[in-house]
Amino acid sequence: MAVEFDGGVVMGADSRTTTGSYIANRVSDKITELTDKIWICRSGSAADTQAISDYLKYYLAMHSVELNEEPLVRTAAALGQQMCYSNKNAVQAGLIVAGWDRAKGGQVYNIPLGGTLVRQPFSIGGSGSTYIYGYCDAHYKPGMSKEECLTFVHNSLALAMARDGSSGGVIRTVVITKDGIERNMVPGNRLPIFYEGP
Amino acid sequence: MTSIGTGYDLSVQTYSPDGRIFQVEYANKAVENSGTVVALRCKDGVVFGVEKLISSQLLEPGTNRRVGAADYHIGFASAGLLADVRALAGRARQESEAYKQNFQTEIPVRVLAERVANYTQVFTLYGAVRPFGCTMMIGGIDLNGPQLYMVEPSGVVYGYYGIAAGKATAAAKTEIEKLKLSEMTARQAIFEVAKIIYRVHDEVKDKLFELELAWVCQDSGNRFQVVPKDLFDQAEAAAKQALEDDDMQE
Repeated sequence: MAVEFDGGVVMGADSRTTTGSYIANRVSDKITELTDKIWICRSGSAADTQAISDYLKYYLAMHSVELNEEPLVRTAAALGQQMCYSNKNAVQAGLIVAGWDRAKGGQVYNIPLGGTLVRQPFSIGGSGSTYIYGYCDAHYKPGMSKEECLTFVHNSLALAMARDGSSGGVIRTVVITKDGIERNMVPGNRLPIFYEGP
Repeated sequence: MTSIGTGYDLSVQTYSPDGRIFQVEYANKAVENSGTVVALRCKDGVVFGVEKLISSQLLEPGTNRRVGAADYHIGFASAGLLADVRALAGRARQESEAYKQNFQTEIPVRVLAERVANYTQVFTLYGAVRPFGCTMMIGGIDLNGPQLYMVEPSGVVYGYYGIAAGKATAAAKTEIEKLKLSEMTARQAIFEVAKIIYRVHDEVKDKLFELELAWVCQDSGNRFQVVPKDLFDQAEAAAKQALEDDDMQE
């Protein structure tokens, strides 16, 4: 998931990659760097999203050479959308492109399965997201600070990871502002705990 | 004045022994024969002025414009062969639109200018085509503020605060250098441009001419437009008045 705040974005993801019921990687990094200030949350087929991210990284690098400055988040999202839409029958990729640029500050763009592109104040994706739509709608408020966004992300992801068998592991977060990047990881035994039974 | 490039000027693929490509220089001659074009980059925008030489009273005023839009936020003004201007403008428009489709954002002025320059340069490589006989000034407003560039037939492109091309380039540049562009608004610049065009216009050689004024600035909502009629009339009247005042002083 990713959340906008005034001055940047907070991105978070779990770390479970599965082949069927086997957890192939319990510490995966699903938040990938495209440029310094534009990162992407990957969900769906790992192979597809990794390939798309590699293309995006390359296209954005070429683009920024001609531009002679950092690309816009919207541009990254548009390129991701074109790839997902043109190949919609071949790929399974749910992407969230988020970052900071000097034109519009922090932005979050969601690119769900069919290749739609929509900018949202906050965005959730992946199999575990279905379990937290209600929680997120209830607890999101516009104008949150960076710390409030981080708490929101940690709580939402913890709840999803508790209920969805395909989600789990650690919570990785990336905070992007004009001053730089802050990466963080909360291990599985230190997640926020909610109701787990009597 | 012109050196004869005997034998080395037949094709754009041929260098002369002193390192010149004559066909490109001849293309510049075509530009020099055309009406003067002036462009200024000021504090809040870019303004264009064209001395459009008219061949006949039968021509409808306001047609055959040498200024136009490449995109909503970028305009151009051009000196040289009008047909070549059209072709190059068409390319500029395609580049703008393709960029917008690919990157979902307006093309920056510098990027468009460089793409038009790259395109122009290609025509100086092959024997099957001729270089463009036009110089195009490309100006607009983007995230980096107002910017002005000029592309010449050779394919070079530079950024300018003020520039002229066409018949009276030298005289126009002298006038431009007197101006303090960084402190001028587009509205003021329009009057200056009109004055310059009228001043450098040669009454004897080219009797009929029409002034064209266009701008991209805050007053136009950061969009390219031909200057609105009332402002245009004011600027033209002021320019004619300035000419009379000059005459009287002599």
